[in-house]
Amino acid sequence: MTLLVVENLAKSFGGVHAVQGVSFSLAAGELLALIGPNGAGKSTCFNMLNGQLRPDQGRVVLAGQEITGKPPRQVWRMGVGRTFQITATFASLPVIENVQLALLSHRRRILRFWKPLAAEDPAEALALLERVGMADQAQRPCGVLAYGDLKRVELAIALANAPRLLLMDEPTAGMAPAERVALMALTARIARESGIGVLFTEHDMDVVFTHADRIMVLERGRLLAEGAPEAVRADPRVREVYLGHEGTH
Amino acid sequence: MQLHGASNQEGRFSMIVTRRTALAAGLAVPAIAQAQNDPIRIGEINSYTAQPAFLVPYRNAWTLAVDTINAQGGINGRPLATIFRDDAGKPEDAVRHAGELINNERVALISGAFLSNIGLALGDFANQNKKLFVASEALTDALVWSRGNRYTFRLRCSTYMQAAMLVEEAAKLPAKRWAVVAPNYEYGQSAVRWFKEMLTRAKPDVQFVAEQFPALGRIDAGATVQALAAANPEAIFNVTFGADLTNFVRQGNTRGLFERRAVVSMLTGEPEYLEPLGDEAPEGWIVTGYPVEQINNPTHNAFRDAYRAKYRELPKLGSVVAYDTVLAIAAMLRKVPSLETEAMVEAMRGLKFNGVFGQGESEFRAADHQSTMGAYVGRTVVRGGKGTMADWRFADGRAYLPSEDAARAMRPAG
Amino acid sequence: MLGNLAVQALSGLASAASLFLVAAGLTVIFGVTRIVNFAHGSFYMLGAYLGWTLATNLPRGHVPFWGGVVLAAVIVGLVGVVVELLLLRRIYKAPELFQLLATFGVVLVVQDAALWIWGPQDLLGPRAPGLRGAVYIFDSRFPLYDLVLIGIGIAVFLLLWLLFQRTRFGILVRAATADREMVGALGVNQRLLFTGVFFLGSALAGLAGALQVPRESVNLQMDLAIIAEAFVVVVVGGLGSLPGAALAALLLGQMQAFGILVFPQITLVLVFLVMAAVLVVRPYGLLGRAPAGHAASLHIVEPPIAPLSPRGRLVAAVALGLAMLAPLVLADYALVVMTEICVAILFAATLHFIMGPGGMASFGHAAYFGIGAYGAALLVKHLAAPMELSLLAAPFAAGIAGLAFGWFCVRLSGVYAAMLTMAFAQIAWSTAFQWVAFTGGDNGILGVWPPAWAVPKPVQAWGALVLCLGGAFLLRRMIFAPFGAALRAQRDSVLRAEAIGIDTMRTRWFAFAIAAAFAGLAGGLFAFTKGSVFPTYMNISRSTDGLLMVLLGGVQTVTGPIIGAIAYTGLHEQLLRLTDLWRAVLGAIIIALVLFFPRGLAGLGAKQ
Repeated sequence: MTLLVVENLAKSFGGVHAVQGVSFSLAAGELLALIGPNGAGKSTCFNMLNGQLRPDQGRVVLAGQEITGKPPRQVWRMGVGRTFQITATFASLPVIENVQLALLSHRRRILRFWKPLAAEDPAEALALLERVGMADQAQRPCGVLAYGDLKRVELAIALANAPRLLLMDEPTAGMAPAERVALMALTARIARESGIGVLFTEHDMDVVFTHADRIMVLERGRLLAEGAPEAVRADPRVREVYLGHEGTH
Repeated sequence: MQLHGASNQEGRFSMIVTRRTALAAGLAVPAIAQAQNDPIRIGEINSYTAQPAFLVPYRNAWTLAVDTINAQGGINGRPLATIFRDDAGKPEDAVRHAGELINNERVALISGAFLSNIGLALGDFANQNKKLFVASEALTDALVWSRGNRYTFRLRCSTYMQAAMLVEEAAKLPAKRWAVVAPNYEYGQSAVRWFKEMLTRAKPDVQFVAEQFPALGRIDAGATVQALAAANPEAIFNVTFGADLTNFVRQGNTRGLFERRAVVSMLTGEPEYLEPLGDEAPEGWIVTGYPVEQINNPTHNAFRDAYRAKYRELPKLGSVVAYDTVLAIAAMLRKVPSLETEAMVEAMRGLKFNGVFGQGESEFRAADHQSTMGAYVGRTVVRGGKGTMADWRFADGRAYLPSEDAARAMRPAG
Repeated sequence: MLGNLAVQALSGLASAASLFLVAAGLTVIFGVTRIVNFAHGSFYMLGAYLGWTLATNLPRGHVPFWGGVVLAAVIVGLVGVVVELLLLRRIYKAPELFQLLATFGVVLVVQDAALWIWGPQDLLGPRAPGLRGAVYIFDSRFPLYDLVLIGIGIAVFLLLWLLFQRTRFGILVRAATADREMVGALGVNQRLLFTGVFFLGSALAGLAGALQVPRESVNLQMDLAIIAEAFVVVVVGGLGSLPGAALAALLLGQMQAFGILVFPQITLVLVFLVMAAVLVVRPYGLLGRAPAGHAASLHIVEPPIAPLSPRGRLVAAVALGLAMLAPLVLADYALVVMTEICVAILFAATLHFIMGPGGMASFGHAAYFGIGAYGAALLVKHLAAPMELSLLAAPFAAGIAGLAFGWFCVRLSGVYAAMLTMAFAQIAWSTAFQWVAFTGGDNGILGVWPPAWAVPKPVQAWGALVLCLGGAFLLRRMIFAPFGAALRAQRDSVLRAEAIGIDTMRTRWFAFAIAAAFAGLAGGLFAFTKGSVFPTYMNISRSTDGLLMVLLGGVQTVTGPIIGAIAYTGLHEQLLRLTDLWRAVLGAIIIALVLFFPRGLAGLGAKQ
């Protein structure tokens, strides 16, 4: 089942074409990696999908509903969870309250003024934390967590609104190699169990080629190649402009 | 500098003053009589730190007056003691002090208030708590008229009276086209309203061609002077004072605003306002004020000499106000059998006292509780590098007040 | 006519020149150190007094006069250096805005020092030699000195511009203004840079003050009169932007010069209306840029707030119990003070609500206190409403004002938002002060006394305890409830909050209005305990009192503002009765607290 359809997306900043004519689609339960050298337009592309940037042209359709140009809040309400390249959590709140807040927001129960947030039913939040392996740190404030743990908290927050699509911008950046594999394995498992589509950007080619079902290569704002990992790996254009230059693989 | 420091120490620690005066008085009377010779305590609330230029000379004279009375045996043997409180220019603090003075310090009455709003706040407080309040300086008409009440009395001649004194002179001028400049708050607006109303009544053909209402303490003097000049009036009515006046005069002099124009100006003849102007004091303005060095009568000479001997400078108008307030309170206290408020209020109504201007008796009118203390009206001149008044005369407050019946009608609270 | 207009424009330029000199120093200091320096007006006043002393004591003549002006500027610059070295240097790492508390202490100390050194009288200095006269422009005269002042303004602007473009120091200043971390990364001696900037900024303030001597009298009100306008110029121009300050000074100078021709009655409001309008259209001022990263935010990483420990609960319960019993035994005056402290607690708690959990600063919180008080008083005055109804109206009026003003304020961030709150507060204050017909002007509204049953002081104290502590308790509940968590969440990360569907702007807006409504309740209560309302209920000094209470107690805990309110109100009440030097003593105490307890009084308790 096709979950996300992106058609002819384009954005330019003061005459610089950051993204031009990108089209692709994503199925439920599929892990799609978006890769490319620095400045290829990955972040711009991402930010147009999650609502932080308004595209100059093109459409983004999620499960039949158009979300083009909607603000992040509404995009989230339509079932898009996300994690950030540089983690963004609520540093002064305990881990569990980060998740509880997302759960309450999902149910539109934020405008409540009496009962403490901590006393809201913690079971569901704990279950989410359990899923990402953070239950034992539920009461620690996010401000003191290790970076890898923060990434997992973000994942738990992103899952709180039972999303249909996860957008993950460099989900493993800044993590130790072993942690990276563990986090992506976890993500992949959750995605397949719950039928969530995952679009992620990533620098670590190990992670990409191990976990992605499909890979898109972006170069200078255009889609250069798209396909299964083996096909992309074998694509001479990709080897030349991407792997060749970077020389990482 | 020395002078100022010395004078300030007198009242810096109010408790010490109280104790010291009490002690001095205690020495003057036989030890046996002390029990019934407890000091009569007056709670004096003023904006000492917010308005030091006016209230340092005020407090000096207050202390002088109290010391003098006590040295003469006090009131029927009881000395006066003053408990000073600084309201920092905030009515809410003044009201709190009043409560403290009455409840904790057991003062017989409250006095003070340089600022109009503090006068009104204390007046309303006095009415609510049925305590006597003798306002010394506050100028607003509301204090004795629209917001007047049984427990509030005011010494100094009011905005209305000062305006009336000046209108009398303004009406004699040939000028028809007038401009006004006043600080934009109640005092400025009231002064302008009275002046326009009374002058129009006296001379129906006058025209007011420009009005400037700079913010209090923030005059943009150059622009204000230019705006007035642009209207090309024949005469100007000024209500600004203090720093605003100084800046207005400097710009006006440089830009020739006052040349070939009559200027009529509230309070400008008072040493408080004239002195800072030095040799740049305007010449020929018709003003209300206080020609302190020129007044020559035994009462005033004695006051001036005593003040100068103690503080090594001439008294200012604030000093007169303070001294007269103490004299009036003392006169009232001499008439009452006890310090019971209602008795003191009755004694204040129609109370006659002789102020240090030396111009005969003044009276707190029974109808509106306004004293008839007058002011001097004259022209400003510069002599020996200093501004002063010339061709002055004493204007008795009695002549510039509405009749007692008319005044009573203006007091909804009776 | 033409002459008049030309001269009016020149008058505006002369005002602009002096405004620019003050604002330039303020903006440079802010740009590099991020300190909101309330003491800048005090440096200006010191410059004027020193200029007066030098001008009256040095022999007459061009060289002594202008030499005196420069000397005054240098001395003030050195005073600035001393303040930086002894005080501010030690607290750069404290939470932002905390330095504001320190500079406010300096303001208080300088006020009393100036009174002590120069006495209470206004001082009029001599005119500049050779510049007594005026020049003719068409048929109007314009003071020669003002012409020279315009020239000096332009010259200083050009010199500063050269300094910032051509020297290493200037380039570092610009780099630090754009990105503070970068300078540290470049290995620049940051301490030397900060001290240098403080010298330059303070000297400019001193220069501006000394240059006023031939124009205006020197007096003790100069510091606070100039500081608000200087802030307006800096904010309208864009914080840290020198050309912005110049442009804003020009704009405001001309607005004032021509504004009084058209609207002679609204002089006071005009500048703040301009500031509000500019900030609404351009949130970072005319030439300001959105600061990089965290620069605009007043908070960096907030520690979590914790509910009271069992021991804390016990202490709170015992304190509350004692407070409830107090009216049975205390004398009337002690009850009056207690009532005031209760009002202060609620006021501080509302300010803390938006500053701590909300992460927004307000320099104009007194507006809502005052609007509550006026709302209640106007009902009593015009409709003869009973106290119970009027008290209900107070939070309502303030809440509506909070919704209206807040709608604009929450769109901005950091100091810009704080300055917009100040603009609205000044507009509200000016309205109360100058609209005599409706509000009674500075004479206020009298006769706002409670009905007979509420006259006894114990009743008032109980009422204040129940309503104020009840209000503070409600705010506390909100902080821990989902709404408060969302508020803290958006402070921690707007990005994440929006990404989980929280409307951050709306959350801040509601918080602002809620805080305003409770502040209005405090104001309404205050009105009935005092029997009257006055514009002083919403002036800048009440806003800064609130800031002092919150910062003194510690913005990072929920208990902090309560402790701060008790300490500050109690201290103020005692000092005011004990000594005429209460400002100096209060200032010194504030400075000492800032130096020794940079996390506030509550932080002190938490450590032990």
